[in-house]
Order: sequence, then C-alpha cells, then structure tokens
Amino acid sequence: MSRVALLEARNITKAFATVRACDDVSISLGEGEIVALLGENGAGKSTLVKLMFGTLQPDSGNFLYRGRPVAIEKPADARRLGIGMVHQHFSLFEAFTAVQNIALALPDVPLAGLAQRTREVSEAYGLTLDPQALVADLSAGERQRIEIVRCLLQDPTLIIMDEPTSVLTPQEADTLFVTLRRLREEGRTILYISHKLDEVRALCERAVVMRAGRIVRELDPRTVSAAEMAEAMVGQAIAEVAQRPAPAAAATSTPLLAVRGLSHASDRLFGTTLKNVGFTVAGGEVFGIAGMAGNGQSELFACLSGELASAPEAIAINGVPVGQLGVDARRRMGAAFVPEERLGHSAVPDFDLVENIVLSRHGAGDGTVLAGLLRRGAARRTAKRVIADMAVRAPGTSALARMLSGGNLQKFVMGRELDRELVLLVVNQPTWGVDAGAAAMIRQAVVDLAAGGAAVVLISQDLDELFQTAHRIAVIAGGRLSEARPAGEMSRTDIGLLMGAGETERHLAH
Amino acid sequence: MRIELTPRPQIHPLRSLLSPVLAVVATACLGAVLFALLGKPPLGALYAYFVEPLTEVWSVHELALKAAPLILIAVGLSVAYRSNNWNIGAEGQLVMGAVAGSIIPILLPDASGAWVLPAMMVLAMAGGAAWGAIPAVLKNRFGTSEILVSLMLVYVANLFLDYLVRGPWRDPQGFNFPESRDFGASARLPEILSMGEWGGRANWGIVIAVVAALLTLLLVSRTLKGFEIAVGGASARAARFAGFDARATTLFAFLFSGALAGLAGIVEVSGAIGQLQPSISPGYGFTAIIVAFLGRLNPVAIIVAGFLLALSYLGGEAAQISLGLSDRTTRVFQGLLLFCVLMSDTLVRYRVRVHRRPVLTERVT
Repeated sequence: MSRVALLEARNITKAFATVRACDDVSISLGEGEIVALLGENGAGKSTLVKLMFGTLQPDSGNFLYRGRPVAIEKPADARRLGIGMVHQHFSLFEAFTAVQNIALALPDVPLAGLAQRTREVSEAYGLTLDPQALVADLSAGERQRIEIVRCLLQDPTLIIMDEPTSVLTPQEADTLFVTLRRLREEGRTILYISHKLDEVRALCERAVVMRAGRIVRELDPRTVSAAEMAEAMVGQAIAEVAQRPAPAAAATSTPLLAVRGLSHASDRLFGTTLKNVGFTVAGGEVFGIAGMAGNGQSELFACLSGELASAPEAIAINGVPVGQLGVDARRRMGAAFVPEERLGHSAVPDFDLVENIVLSRHGAGDGTVLAGLLRRGAARRTAKRVIADMAVRAPGTSALARMLSGGNLQKFVMGRELDRELVLLVVNQPTWGVDAGAAAMIRQAVVDLAAGGAAVVLISQDLDELFQTAHRIAVIAGGRLSEARPAGEMSRTDIGLLMGAGETERHLAH
Repeated sequence: MRIELTPRPQIHPLRSLLSPVLAVVATACLGAVLFALLGKPPLGALYAYFVEPLTEVWSVHELALKAAPLILIAVGLSVAYRSNNWNIGAEGQLVMGAVAGSIIPILLPDASGAWVLPAMMVLAMAGGAAWGAIPAVLKNRFGTSEILVSLMLVYVANLFLDYLVRGPWRDPQGFNFPESRDFGASARLPEILSMGEWGGRANWGIVIAVVAALLTLLLVSRTLKGFEIAVGGASARAARFAGFDARATTLFAFLFSGALAGLAGIVEVSGAIGQLQPSISPGYGFTAIIVAFLGRLNPVAIIVAGFLLALSYLGGEAAQISLGLSDRTTRVFQGLLLFCVLMSDTLVRYRVRVHRRPVLTERVT
C-alpha cells in the first residue's frame, strides 16, 4: 500500500499473569475502510482494542498514527488523536437523561447547546434520539445510539465498535449498518468487532481473524465461505447440531411444564415486570424463548426455578402446582435449572468443582449429603463423571470454578444438571460467552435431552441457537410473552418484529 | 502519582499462610516505635509485653484464663463472618449470657449438685443467642444494618447489667456495693489444677473453648450447614440458586455466635469472677473480632490467635507495672494488630502498583 495507514499497531504484546491476551499483534487500518476483527470469546479482540483506546497499556510494541509513533496512555489521548469507541457494555447512568450522559463523557464541551448539537448529529446520521429522554426508559438499541452519538460528537477519524449488534434486534442492526456505511463514505475508518459472520460479510471488505492472542488470518469476507471463516476462528471444524423432530403427540399429551397467567411485579429498580405469561412444554420438546436482554428473561427464569415465588397455580411441573415451592423442592421433582450468570449464580467462583457439585445437588437425594453431613467422596465422583461426560478441560476436581474458561465452566454446569434423571430443564442464555466448540456441544446436549423425553425451556438472545434447537419459539418483550409458533414457520423478521413489540407499547404509553 | 490495587489472579497458599505472621511482626515493629516515642526502651517494652508473661507458671494460667473467652467468642464470630453477617455485638451477647446464666446462682442460691453448672451454661447460651437474634430478626424483617444494631445493643446490655447489680440483684449482705451475691460452690467453674507447683487460676473454660473450636471446625468443613454458610458468604445469588434461605442463614449465624458469646460470659462469671459485677469483661467481645480475623476465620487458627491476644492483655498489665505504661497502650496495641492484619490480608490479595505521571520535560544532566 502506498497510502500511509491511519492507525498501525506493530508487534503489540500484552500479558495478564501467564496468559498472553495479545501476542505480537500487528495490524494496519487504512482510511475510509470498515475492517472486521473476528475471533471467539477470549481470542484477544477486546484486549487489542482496549490497547488502541488507551484503557490498557501494551507490555511491548507500539502504535503509529498516520505514520507517526504515538503513545496512547489513556482514553483522553486516544480521543485527541481522533479515536472513538462504542463499548459492548454501555457505560450510561440510568437515572440521567441522554444528553446528561453525553455531557458527562465530554467534560471539555460546553453544556449549553449540547442538546441542540446532539439532535443535529443524531438527525444527520439517522440515529433517532430524544436528548431529554431518561436512559432508564430506553431500549438497548436506543442506548447504543447515545453511545454512538456521543462518539460522533467528537468527530472521530477511527471508530471502534465492540460487538455492536449483540444487543440489537435484526431490524435495529440493519439501521446501524446504514449509519456505518454512511460514516465510511465520509472517509472515517471503522474497526468492527464481531463473531457474527453474516454481518461481517455484509459490511466489511477486510477481516482480521484472531485466535488465542494472535492474528491467524486476514481474509476478504465477501469471497470466503462462512464455514471457512468459522474454522479460522475456532481452529477446527465445528460440529453441526443434529436436530431431532418435534414429538408427534406434543399437542395432546399432558405438558411437563405448564405456565398460566404468571405475573410478577419486579421489586428491583429498572427491573422488568412479568405480565400474564403463559405457555406449555411437552415431553420431548425444546421450547425456545427469544428476546433482547432485559425484557424479563431473568425474572421469568427466577420464577421457573423457584428463586422467586409466584402464585401457586401459575406454574405446574408434571401437573403439580409448584408456584410456592423452592428451588430444592422443584429439583426433587426432576427439574433442573441453568441460569445465565455462571460466576456467582450457577457456580461459586472461589469454590472448587467438588463443592460446586454440592451447590445444586445437595437436596437431590443422590448421596451427596447424608444426614446433614457432606460426603465429599460421593461429590468428587460426580464431579469426575461430569468432567469426563462433558469433556470439561479442568486441571482436576480441586480446580476453582473461576479458573475454568467460560465454555468449560458452562459445560461443567450443564453436565452437573444433566447428570440426573430429568423431566424438565430450564436454561437461560446457555452459550453466552462460550466458545463455539463448547456451544455446539451444549446445544447438542439440550437437543438430546429433549429427544430422551424431557421438556426443555431454552431462553436465548441468539436466534441461530434457537433455530438450531427449538421446536417452538415465543418472544419475550417488555415482560410479555408472545404466542408460541413452530420454529419452522417463523422467520428472523417475524421474531424481530415481536422483539420490538414491547418498544411500541412503551412509546405509545409515553 | 496514582496508587492502584489490582487483584492477584491467584493467591499463593504460602503467602496467605504467612499473612498473619507478617501482621504480628509489623505490629511488633510499630509497637517498638510507639514505645520509643513514649520514651521507653523499645526492646525492653516488647519483652515485657510478649515474653515476660510466658516465664512464670501463674501467668501462663492467666493466659489460658483470658484466652478462653476470646477463643469461644471468636469461633462463634468466625461462623457469622463466613456467612457475611457482621455481628459486632458479641460483647453484649456475652453480658446477656452471663446475666441469663446467673439466674440460678442468684435467684436460687441454695441450688446445688452436678446439674447446676450445665444448666447455667444452657441458660447462658440461650441468653446470648436471644440477644444475638435481635439484630438478625431486624435485618431479616426490616433490612436494618446488623452492624449498627448489634453494636448498639452492647450498650443496652451493659446498662441492663449495671441496673441489675445496683438494683434487684444487689447482694443483700454486700454493704451496698454494686455486686450480686457470691455464687455457691456448685455454680463455680472448677480450676484445672489449683494446687502444687504447676497450679494456677486457669479453669475448664479453656478446655470448653478448644472443644467448641474443634466442633465448629467440623461444622464448617463437614456439614451441609457449614456449606450453606460458606455459599451465603461467597454469593447471595448462588445461595438462592442452591435453595438456601438467606434469612435462615442470617438467623443461624447470629444464634450461633450469640450462644458462644453467652457461654464465654458464664465461663467468665462462674470462673474467674464468681459473681456479677457492673463490668465483667475487659472488651473480650470486641477483641475477639481481631482474634477471628487474625485466625483467618479458621477455628483451629483462632485458638492460636486467641492466646496471642490474651498475651496482649497480660503484657499490658505487665508493662503497666514494670514500665509505668498506661493500660490504654493495650488497646492501641490491639488496634495496631487489627490494622496490620487487614493490611497484610490486602497485600496478599492485591498487587500494589504505583503509576507515575509521565515526565513531560526531560533534562539532560
């Protein structure tokens, strides 16, 4: 290339304790291009962009901006160079308005007229935004628009976007792409981090693939097949999930799980209130619940697991009302639960794997606890079995849960629940933050469990996952659950519209 | 310049074992500085504090006498602290335990027999547990801070004891001194070895304390209840997921630590003192907090830590006599020790990094 690159990273290395998150990484970003940074969770993508943005400091290597060596010691340095970033996790205060949040991040911009400028920028780029709206009232898509507008107000030449579509409905994502193409036409450079291959193909002409801290390949996503890109990311071919046919008698047999008129007023600030949720799941069936994060999934999960009590008749397992029963009582009826958070919810980070077996098994009557006494031997044997069955990569049963990678810990947690006779399994975002290999294995385990006659409720934001595994899909939006329809009869667009249903309702209410 | 604490990815087991040792050494160093500032020979003062009490039989007995309540209380507190329930009011639970246990020797002075002492202990444990239950119930029902409530109840308990010994429970033959009647022989905790060359004042309290520590070790490491306590302390959400009721855990933690503090109260009153007085504890309930943390909430390590803090009480008395130091230095010493324990714990868990601002103008010299 004859042109001088906008930002160039040369031989960047960054290690955390013994792990090299970035290992001798060199990357060059030209002006006016959208470059995809591909890789699995833990491949080092986020570390690399944090180094570019000055949130972290490299151990060795350096950056060149328009050919000139620069030290990016803090985000303010990056902003001064013209580097802006839209974070994966929003850094917004819910109790403040959009423009107040923008003002907080731009201390040198005079507050007067900021609302006006915010409105101008958001209109110029088609990012509909009410500067005076309270962040707590906004959807994830709207919150992201605040972050983008905040970034654009600084007139950046390089915009780093960390997994921007992970919180968007398909329709919202399409709108975002229009904005991004527009920014590129203006000569701005965009570094687009994602693991969604179809997006990358639609948007980028160049993709850089990272694996285990290194750049392993550079490719043109428009010419390389999705399977090949996935293989480059994972380092091996990914097994396809073998779907099983829906049970023939699903409509007529007694449902293993029946939810009727389940309502739960949230007692948390900014929590979601469940409104009249109802569905049934038959044995042999995987029931998928789609929806954007924060639409009542955690509350629904907690009601199903018994962590939150509900009206006695609202939930029935195998025909028995369980609304008032606790987690343990439901487990004894053959139900199992896998919540979204691993560290601190389904597992205790500072406990070893044996103790984490006891966590959900102590009431199962399988000999883990006898007359109030722990039987570590029995729990250790269970832990060993789970590690072997699920191919968990762990140094041993005495490894602390927090030492396992996300994928391995999730396999362990799934295995712990699957290692019993189950009639019902409820899982929430089972492959969130999990590498592709482990995700495929977990999905297959879910499908196989249903094939064995159990009922499965799968709550997920990942539409690919739902289409791969679920027989019927319903969408949760604003605490309401849509009517379930067979997965084969639903398109992404249908689901996207239902996801937005909660939005429309809220906007009408305002 | 900016100082940053970053959590260490792994905590070296040797480091965490050495942490209390480091704390003791740092305390001794700071203590030496303190003595020097007070104009006393630092080494001589340290000798008087930490070594002299170990050189005579009677003072070793005194050591056991003072270690017993510290160990009993700290062992109970360790269970509460493991479950993230901050019982700061063991001093009050000790007093109410002593009051409840004293019902028999004061109201039934003629009671005698082998049943008296065990009955007193049961009453004392019930009294301490009941006083401990108040902050737990208020926390569970109204979300009050158990730290504040348990601490404030210490003063209520002390004033109640004061009222009793000046009013209804004052010894009729006591010349109007604010004291209860002396306990009868059946109500006195016997000394282990009172006669002979090795004899002294140490009573069975220390044995009770060690047994309580060992039983608590079994509780926390081998039972489902102990597991529940550990999960509750590690993560409230994981505890709910496991099916444990956080309120039940809180209540248990306070009942358990209150009962052991109450037991310590009756051991003190029926042992060394032999009657109720306006003041029955030199702050054992507060010092036991230091013991619990110095022992890293491990019941066996707490036995060792209990003896060490008992030594600081004795050392304070010795330094008062031989060097003319105020007995307040004991409190200062204990405070220093707690500070150093927390400091070395922090250093074990976190790495300290000092960021210097980049030098903008460099001069060639």
